[in-house]
Amino acid sequence: MASLKEFRNRIDSVKSTQKITKAMQMVAAAKLRRAQEAVESARPYADRMNTVVANLSGSMADQPGAPQLLVGTGETKTHLVVVASADRGHCGGFNGAIARKAKLLISKLISEGKQVKILCVGGKAYEQVKRIYSKQMLDMISLREFKVINSGHAAVISSKILEMFEANEFDVCTLVYSQFKNVMSQVPTAQTLIPAMDALDSDVELTGLGGACYTYEPDEEEILQVLLPRNLTTQIFQALLENVAGEMGAKMTAMDNATRNAGEMIDKLTLQYNRKRQSMITTELIEIIAGAEAI
Amino acid sequence: MTDKLHFSLVSPEKELFSGGVDSVTVPGSEGDFGVYPQHMPVMTTIRPGAISVMNDEVERRIYIRGGFADVTAEGLTILAEEAVELADIDPAKLAQDITDAKEDLSDAKGDDKKANAQEKLDYLQEISKAMSG
Repeated sequence: MASLKEFRNRIDSVKSTQKITKAMQMVAAAKLRRAQEAVESARPYADRMNTVVANLSGSMADQPGAPQLLVGTGETKTHLVVVASADRGHCGGFNGAIARKAKLLISKLISEGKQVKILCVGGKAYEQVKRIYSKQMLDMISLREFKVINSGHAAVISSKILEMFEANEFDVCTLVYSQFKNVMSQVPTAQTLIPAMDALDSDVELTGLGGACYTYEPDEEEILQVLLPRNLTTQIFQALLENVAGEMGAKMTAMDNATRNAGEMIDKLTLQYNRKRQSMITTELIEIIAGAEAI
Repeated sequence: MTDKLHFSLVSPEKELFSGGVDSVTVPGSEGDFGVYPQHMPVMTTIRPGAISVMNDEVERRIYIRGGFADVTAEGLTILAEEAVELADIDPAKLAQDITDAKEDLSDAKGDDKKANAQEKLDYLQEISKAMSG
């Protein structure tokens, strides 16, 4: 049986743990708000980009000269899976869910006889996916040191993907990230980036094309040439922002739980401590009384 | 003119402007062009430079870099990689920044850092050109 001092020490240590988790929860809450704003304010650009690509691809898709980024290489033999997760832990099942989704996708692709290459953004899923698929793992890009994600970071990733695509290293590119629904729920999602045709939302309205003749300057092909890489960057950027928001949401929930658990533990330990103290006093009293009676 | 042109300027980070204006002059990759209400649908790439937004006789000049102008029946949308309002820039500070960037460039060691510094300097000089132009 632990002594009173040991109980006191344990209660103190749980209390300081609770202080830390509480602080982490509040930090996550503050960061979550900022991340949510970032997602919201990035949305108009992504939406417009989507509409423009949809408009253009509608007119370009059937033509023989359509860029490969849009229609694909015509093969689906080699897949590049980009797994975007957080760089830090302490956020419940957030990273695990992304890694699980990625592993599921990869094992499905492999069982179909496809060749798979993996590129990770963020360290947590990297560690988990690498454990099983270390042969397929190409590289990991860490965004740990950046406090705020801007489109420049997304551009680095997309240019890397493009470089590989141009070198014919893969045919299809899929991005696995966590879609931010709300604070409580983040949905791991796999999204096709290349060919861009497959990624287009079918419910995007084709605006302004009702028979009107669209003038392209320079021409459709050249615009698509510039537009598609940028679209890739935008999609990755959007995914990164959703990831950050999701991470913070998950972290907030996880830390809230941890704080509550610590509270319960403190109550339980305090109860045990008081019982122990009382029983020691009782024993002492009995000894004194017994001693007095003996005289 | 009662009709207004619906103009929105968005960068990857946020929507910078959205609303009705009289006209916008856009530096297209094949030459500058003005967009007024009821413009025919056009889609074009943009070269770095200043767009000029006219509304109620007031001109706003915004420097933009990298992007697209999309004119549809609904209005004009500019998707810009970067956008800076020229009125927000202090010419003295810009000149100072350019001097600093030049120093950085001469101090930079290694190809990576040199390329970075050069890029920054080019960017600042483009802005200063857009301001004077």
